[in-house]
Amino acid sequence: MILVFCELKDGQIRKPSAEALSEGRRLADVVGKPLGALFAGASCAGSAEAAKYGADVILTAESPTLTSYSSDAYATVLADAVKAKGVTVLLAAATAIGKDVAPRAAARLGAGYASDVTALSMVDGKLQAIRPVYAGKAFATTSFASSVQVATTRPNVFPAVEKAGAGATEALTAPAGDFKSVVKEILAKASGKVDLSEANVIVSGGRGMKDGANFKILEDLADAIGGVVGASRAAVDAGWGLPHSMQVGQTGKVVSPTLYIACGISGAIQHIAGMSGSKFIVAINKDPEAPIFKLANYGIVGDLFEVVPELTKAAKALGIGSN
Amino acid sequence: MKILVALKQVPDTETKIKVAADGRSLDPADVKWITSPYDEYALEEAIRIKEGRGAEVVALSVGGDSAKDVLKNALALGADTAVLLKGDGQGDAFAVAQMIAAYAKDKGFDLILCGNKGLGGDNAALGPMLAELLGVAQANVIVKLELGDGTFKAEREIESGSEIVEGALPAVITAQKGLNEPRYASLKGIMAAKKKTIEELDAAPAVAGSLISALALPPERPAGRKLEGDSATQAMALIQALKDEAKVF
Repeated sequence: MILVFCELKDGQIRKPSAEALSEGRRLADVVGKPLGALFAGASCAGSAEAAKYGADVILTAESPTLTSYSSDAYATVLADAVKAKGVTVLLAAATAIGKDVAPRAAARLGAGYASDVTALSMVDGKLQAIRPVYAGKAFATTSFASSVQVATTRPNVFPAVEKAGAGATEALTAPAGDFKSVVKEILAKASGKVDLSEANVIVSGGRGMKDGANFKILEDLADAIGGVVGASRAAVDAGWGLPHSMQVGQTGKVVSPTLYIACGISGAIQHIAGMSGSKFIVAINKDPEAPIFKLANYGIVGDLFEVVPELTKAAKALGIGSN
Repeated sequence: MKILVALKQVPDTETKIKVAADGRSLDPADVKWITSPYDEYALEEAIRIKEGRGAEVVALSVGGDSAKDVLKNALALGADTAVLLKGDGQGDAFAVAQMIAAYAKDKGFDLILCGNKGLGGDNAALGPMLAELLGVAQANVIVKLELGDGTFKAEREIESGSEIVEGALPAVITAQKGLNEPRYASLKGIMAAKKKTIEELDAAPAVAGSLISALALPPERPAGRKLEGDSATQAMALIQALKDEAKVF
């Protein structure tokens, strides 16, 4: 069986999990094996949706002991399911939880692990992964030496494809408690917007923004086109009060949105490393020689303080984001 | 309190990546090696704990002779002792975790600190694997850490903001930018470090879980085009192109 660990939010499968599930279905078809979807929590209501993305079997570990996320408890759920079901390939989305639990479960299973992969295939019955290394400056083809293979899939890379599966349900025994660590509280950030790593559209600012307060014009554009605001390391380190969670680049977040708009970003190698996986790149910079233009599908040489508000205006005029 | 800090030597962020002749590894020519920046936060945190409540800080790296630079730097910054596990520190994270776990078990470490990922390999796997192999708690991508009596409370970065993780020591904690501001080595520290020796041990045998069979540069991006005219014209042309050509909207 190929098994995909899935996360629920507000009773729905999270998009990165739906993407991992769809890729799991594709791989299961290649090797002619069933696809399982695995859920854990105090309630797994909503897990039936996994059938929509091709799950033959929906496994649920439902227990009050799993009300809050615990690395070791969830690792137990994953590893036990792998052993009980004869799973050969275990996938999860490369989310905060996926990246926390998958390597721990892999270590318990004595399995090789590939994180944040951007392509998967089955070679001689075993998983093979392609994953960005050096923050996307290169891609490593990773093969596995172990009989169980574990990988996390990068959000926004694999398409979520609807394909009906049997969706037979089965309850698993949840771990009893006495965990080594537990999440006690979630501190939500004010905006409530999606994280950069999962955003479809990113508007990013660099040193050319001159001040943190000027990011307001990027917020306005992002709001108009349904995007999220990011920043280069130069901007985050400039002391403008921008949080590190906004930073895109090798020492920040590595992103792969459909559209990345770089405003006043010259294109330092460490920034490019974090965003070159974007499908479409727009560069706005007053320096026509800025390296960022080499990557850009569309370039605008000009003053971002004039261009960005015009973009917001144009987007509104054309009814972008209002659908 | 006894703290182990695992440090990895990695190529500098400005490195232009070239693939070696074997087609599956990094060409080491012209590469400047540094301590992985996330490991620097881990080390700084250990030193601050030592300064605050007292602790013995052991710095460890897996690698060859060149990894001694990382350890000398750690000693200069305030680590009490340094251990080099001679082995492949650049390879599979599971193998490296086994080497470090074999060293650390039975040594009574209360806390093991490392970066949330090694820059370059970007596996973000060592911490959780090490925690599992040692059978201890983990908290990953930590921006704030408080230690109690045999317990820890850590703030961990997640998609929607952050969350508070609590658990029992011993624990593996992986550091994220924002945890602290690492100091520079003082002249006094550098001089003191020169008098210290680095303990060299052969790394325990380990089984790799995965291997890199090919390394390739990303495909060239297609040539783009520049949009001309005044700001309003450029802006309208761009939004239209994104809508009609790229079909982003």
